Amino acid sequence: MSNTTVNKKTPAAYNYVDSRVGFSAALKRNMRKVFPDHWSFMLGEIALYSFLILLLTGTFLTLWYKPSMTEVIYNGSYIPLKGIPMSEAYASTLEISFDVRGGMLLRQIHHWAALFFIAAMVVHLLRVFFTGAYRKPREFNWLLGIALLTLGLLAGFSGYSLPDDLLSGVGLKIASGIIQALPVVGTWALYFLFGGEFPGTEVISRLYSIHILLLPGAILALVTAHLLLVWTQKHTQYPGPGRTEKNVVGYPLLPVYTAKAGGFFFIVFGVTTLLGALVTINPIWLYGPYTPDQVTAGSQPDWYIGFLEGSLRVMPAIEFNIFNTWTFSPNVLIPALILPGLMFALMGAYPFLESWITGDKREHNLLDRPRNAPTRTALGTMSLSFYILLWIGGGNDIIATTFNLSINAITWFMRVALIAVPPLVFIATRRICLGLQRNDLDKLLHGKETGRILRLPEGGFVEVHEPVSEAELPKLLARETYPVWELPQKVDANGIKTPKYRRQLMKAKLSAWWTKGDLPIPTMKEIQSGQHHAHEALEQAHEFGVEPGKEEIVTSTNH
Amino acid sequence: MTNKFDINNTFDPDNENQAPKVSKEVATKLPTPAKGVDHYLRRTDTDPKAAKRAERQVAAFFGASSLFTLIFVVSFFAIPRETKIAVSLIGVTSAQNIVLGTSFGLAILFIGIGAIHWAKKLMPDVEMVQERKEMKPADEVQQEALDAFRVGATESGVGQRKLIRRSLLGALALFPLPFVVMLRDLGPAPKGELRKTAWQEDLHIVTDITYEKIRPEDIPVGNLISAMPENILEIQEEEGNLNERGKSAILLVRMRPEDIKSQQGPDWDYQGIVAYSKICTHVGCPIALYEQRTHHLLCPCHQSTFDLADSGQPIFGPAARRLPQLAITVDEEGYLVARQGFQEPIGPSFWERGA
Repeated sequence: MSNTTVNKKTPAAYNYVDSRVGFSAALKRNMRKVFPDHWSFMLGEIALYSFLILLLTGTFLTLWYKPSMTEVIYNGSYIPLKGIPMSEAYASTLEISFDVRGGMLLRQIHHWAALFFIAAMVVHLLRVFFTGAYRKPREFNWLLGIALLTLGLLAGFSGYSLPDDLLSGVGLKIASGIIQALPVVGTWALYFLFGGEFPGTEVISRLYSIHILLLPGAILALVTAHLLLVWTQKHTQYPGPGRTEKNVVGYPLLPVYTAKAGGFFFIVFGVTTLLGALVTINPIWLYGPYTPDQVTAGSQPDWYIGFLEGSLRVMPAIEFNIFNTWTFSPNVLIPALILPGLMFALMGAYPFLESWITGDKREHNLLDRPRNAPTRTALGTMSLSFYILLWIGGGNDIIATTFNLSINAITWFMRVALIAVPPLVFIATRRICLGLQRNDLDKLLHGKETGRILRLPEGGFVEVHEPVSEAELPKLLARETYPVWELPQKVDANGIKTPKYRRQLMKAKLSAWWTKGDLPIPTMKEIQSGQHHAHEALEQAHEFGVEPGKEEIVTSTNH
Repeated sequence: MTNKFDINNTFDPDNENQAPKVSKEVATKLPTPAKGVDHYLRRTDTDPKAAKRAERQVAAFFGASSLFTLIFVVSFFAIPRETKIAVSLIGVTSAQNIVLGTSFGLAILFIGIGAIHWAKKLMPDVEMVQERKEMKPADEVQQEALDAFRVGATESGVGQRKLIRRSLLGALALFPLPFVVMLRDLGPAPKGELRKTAWQEDLHIVTDITYEKIRPEDIPVGNLISAMPENILEIQEEEGNLNERGKSAILLVRMRPEDIKSQQGPDWDYQGIVAYSKICTHVGCPIALYEQRTHHLLCPCHQSTFDLADSGQPIFGPAARRLPQLAITVDEEGYLVARQGFQEPIGPSFWERGA
């Protein structure tokens, strides 16, 4: 590729290190490694870079922050809180915000980066889901991603609690109430985490070691594994000209990808820093120190806890007494633990369920277009709508006060909507996907509509179709269909019971549901004749003097 | 339906539905420009002047970055911490934070912009192709790996020597135990503290800010007061934590006696003043929003709503239990006191709570 002269002499320093480390073979393999280019591949990068920003700014914050619940009288430079008793944690957070130069900036960058970290992970997860990137051989990376999201949520929550302000303290109180509700072990778990009753004097320092050591360590380890797998498996790519399941088309690691990805790190970091400079986030000085008998109205958690807040809010009041001795609280356990547990478990199991239903055990390196997997896409939007409704439910008080609505009405609406809306979203999405597929098929078999109507000498009208461009063709050809498994016989002809009959039956039914409405894949012959026909029609149009873009005899977009 | 799908076959490169494939040799060589991909020349590819201009632009971005870093360093020392500036849309804010943050942010951002501009304008933009191998190694390689493992395992004798294997598994299973045991001292054993509060007979009710005793006439009808037991500060001092504050907090509300529909005990009010635990029975937020007209109390966390005119019963939201009521009266000097402690545990549910 490059025709610049390469200096053949081995630099002494390179030789020195290579003689001791022996990395030439690895460098040779990887320096020109190809990475495909697409905006949606940057979502995971944003998550990674946000994590690096978090490590960097977090390390700085630990230089001043004091994870202690010892009561002190504040005497810093923030006048409104002068002379007020508060925990050392809160006082040192105020010190970082008002007395350490650049401290406020660091705190705000750290908080913004945390919000971006989780947001980028969520959107990255959606991209991976809707394009089927989790399919073989990338199932483990999907699981690693879900583990990372879980750890990210925990890291976010533990960090949110550290300033020990009134808002974060209320969040911690809610967490303590959830732990306390655990069957059998609840009280013990509460006492173990808080060193006794809530709030005690231990929890901040414990959350601190979890937040700055345990969780970042675990995230770093999993991120490394995640990236190593991306590296060895090579990145997926969207269907397009020259791209196949067996190659990867894009730009080499050095120089283009290094410049773009490295540059993008600085873009993410720069934008986060500007936000930290210009947009206040988590103004803890306004909330005041935490005390367990006070609360602020309209309090909201960080966005990523919103769905849990919503599920807690919309849950009806169900609680049992067992033999008048034990209290069992589904009103807390279902929304706070069972529901998120189920959501994450389903996400984790999904790639394996899909491959079981479709029977697809092949390697996939070309991504699916969402429309080409209607059932998957519909399941995705269905789940997403459920999540978004929970999230909206978490802001029911804000909605009520902003729009002057009854909080009870909103809550009831959410309860109904959580059950009714997702199935409707499922149906609508599948229909839209199939509609888009039909449109694609139409382009393949009849060419592209041009909106130009031609009057023939005999008086009839035809619409001119153009053949599909070379660049678009691979995209349109990328769709696949999956088999519908035959319904198993309970007993075969010889009267022998079919082994695993129920499982087979379920699989057959699920595969019928999975492929419902699938359009047949056109044969190459059909496509060629269709494109040929479009081509001919275009020729004919030219013959009658119709040029693309020129004034028509009759123009119409109706068909 | 299944013209493209063959369950036993992995990907078929000869299928004519596929885009043009790349020859096998490529895998071992450096990536080559991809075939069949449209490529358009950029102005910087054809016009040396444009290339030169792009080069200057990239350098300008990097130069701007250096400049802003210097601005950061200078303003760190030059701008006094207390200086405030008014910025449109933001309001009056710390000049230092704005200037430090903006200069640092731009210093970082310009490195990124410069690098990407460089890549887009001047680095080759020809898409390259590289072949992939299936993740699964060749069968022989798998076999060799497994053989190596089997040889090693056989040599160790872990299969045959059951005694060693079992004793080792036992030792490995037990050795983390000290770590688990040591976790025991994370907290004390529960001794029913969740059932108790500081409230007891004749304890004065004081406000939660000034800690002054309260007379019934201090509370007009319709008013709500947050209150504590009189010894709350001593308890805090003694225990060195805020635990009791989170349990003993109560709300005093005065309503017209005829508005009280029911109470948790006979005449637990004093002249229409009722006292309820301030701690929500859902997950324990302090409750603060009171609606005079309906006597409803709303928890700001999850909107559980309790009717203080009707024994503190939950009427909406996720809380399933009523707010415990504190029976009150006045002492001989006319100050409000508790008649007894709470008769049921306050706050959120816990397993051992019972009915």
